[in-house]
Amino acid sequence: MTVIGRRHFLAGAGASLLAGPVLAKEGTYSHPFANGARPLVTMPGKRPLIGLTTRPPQLETPFAVFNEGLLTPNDAFFVRSSQPLLPTSLDTQAFRLAVGGHVERPLQISLAELKSGFPVTEIVAVNQCSGNSRGFFEPRVSGGQWGNGAMGNARWTGVPLRALLDRAGLLAGAREVTFSGLDRPAMTQIPQVIKALDIDHARQDEVLVAYAMNGEDLPFLNGYPLRLVVPGYYGTYWTKHLAEITVLDAAYDGYWMKTAYRIPDNACACVEPGMRPQTTRPIGTMNVRSFLTSHSNGAQVRAGLVELRGIAFDGGNGIAQVLVSPDGGNTWLGTRLGEDIGRFSFREWRLGLELGRGSHSLLVRAVNREGATQPFTPQWQPSGYMRNVVETVRLEVA
Amino acid sequence: MTIAKIALALAGLLAAGGAAAQSAGITLPSGAVPPELSGQDNAVVVANCSACHSLDYIVTQPRGKGEQFWRDSVTKMITVYGAPLSPETAQQVVTVLASKFG
Repeated sequence: MTVIGRRHFLAGAGASLLAGPVLAKEGTYSHPFANGARPLVTMPGKRPLIGLTTRPPQLETPFAVFNEGLLTPNDAFFVRSSQPLLPTSLDTQAFRLAVGGHVERPLQISLAELKSGFPVTEIVAVNQCSGNSRGFFEPRVSGGQWGNGAMGNARWTGVPLRALLDRAGLLAGAREVTFSGLDRPAMTQIPQVIKALDIDHARQDEVLVAYAMNGEDLPFLNGYPLRLVVPGYYGTYWTKHLAEITVLDAAYDGYWMKTAYRIPDNACACVEPGMRPQTTRPIGTMNVRSFLTSHSNGAQVRAGLVELRGIAFDGGNGIAQVLVSPDGGNTWLGTRLGEDIGRFSFREWRLGLELGRGSHSLLVRAVNREGATQPFTPQWQPSGYMRNVVETVRLEVA
Repeated sequence: MTIAKIALALAGLLAAGGAAAQSAGITLPSGAVPPELSGQDNAVVVANCSACHSLDYIVTQPRGKGEQFWRDSVTKMITVYGAPLSPETAQQVVTVLASKFG
């Protein structure tokens, strides 16, 4: 492994500010919150996306993409990188995925062995950044100022994590499994991003070590060559460039579990706006969300039958119904749900709605199979995670 | 290192060295100085912050949050991410960011 030291990195960074690869700008995109203007930028393997940050790269999917289909194309899928030193090249023959720690037989698995020597499975699942929609928080909070496009839905192909753990052989007392990738922080003394799952969660059917996304290799920026897929959980657990899987006989207490990515430890995972929680827990399962994708806020349409379309998802219970209010929340109409391609996937909804002339505020609210739904008032927390307020889209009907 | 055989390279080194037959690779931009942070007044921000991240991290943050917002951010960069800033330099960075972005 070639470790890029801080001196090299600083020299490279300093020089590149003057003479590095130039980020091509393809126009601009404006989020409907203060300081929400963003460039549209093109990075490797990606169509022009909403540029949040350049190094490490953070790219947001333009919202219109979610109206094109249930699966988010790889070249439009959002990118959230936490650490600036990315594995921008990889020797695919030499790569090994390490499975070790509290196991009988530590493994070093090549990509070829992974694909041929283990059961392969597929699952459609939403990957959503914990901080998706953070820019809408009020009062505003620090962190990546995303609109609603730090999410995507893909068909992931890979090996169940359980198959790897079974091959390695868990020793008695195995309690958690940690995951880390090839990306690195800017300096060696900084804690590397390591995430942990309980052993029982790690052994669930749906947790995969994925090597393909929508039938193709993972894009580099989405974790090539391997990423952990944790359906139902926020993206922070979906370790990219996955290289080390370590079984622990204790609870992992590193920075990225113990201090970062934590939420208020109560039922709503929220506090009064501006307040801080007294106790916290690690972020985990995604809450229920739904969106209208066929029309953007302020869209102008002709009076008469308006065909609405959107998406809904949750943390894996599955969507039971999506309701639309055509009048700001006074009355609610059921919608037609589309094909069910898995409880972790986006679910499409459609509704034909007669609208007369004037301004109409349409509200969209999903209910999952457990009866959980979305709040009418935004829930607030200081890290800006887990926004899932009922969305409102205003249509101007003429 | 358990991943001793991994070839890991930054964009610049990849471009300089070329890729092996079975390698796949990309190059990534480092990020330019946003117009709002150009100029000598902002040099202390550019020099210190861009060592670890592009400066769009700064200019996309919410505005008008007050000096404490920026002090908290700089403190986090030092205590969590190990940014090697002296207390004096950190104060200079906070002062520039607070005066620029409130």
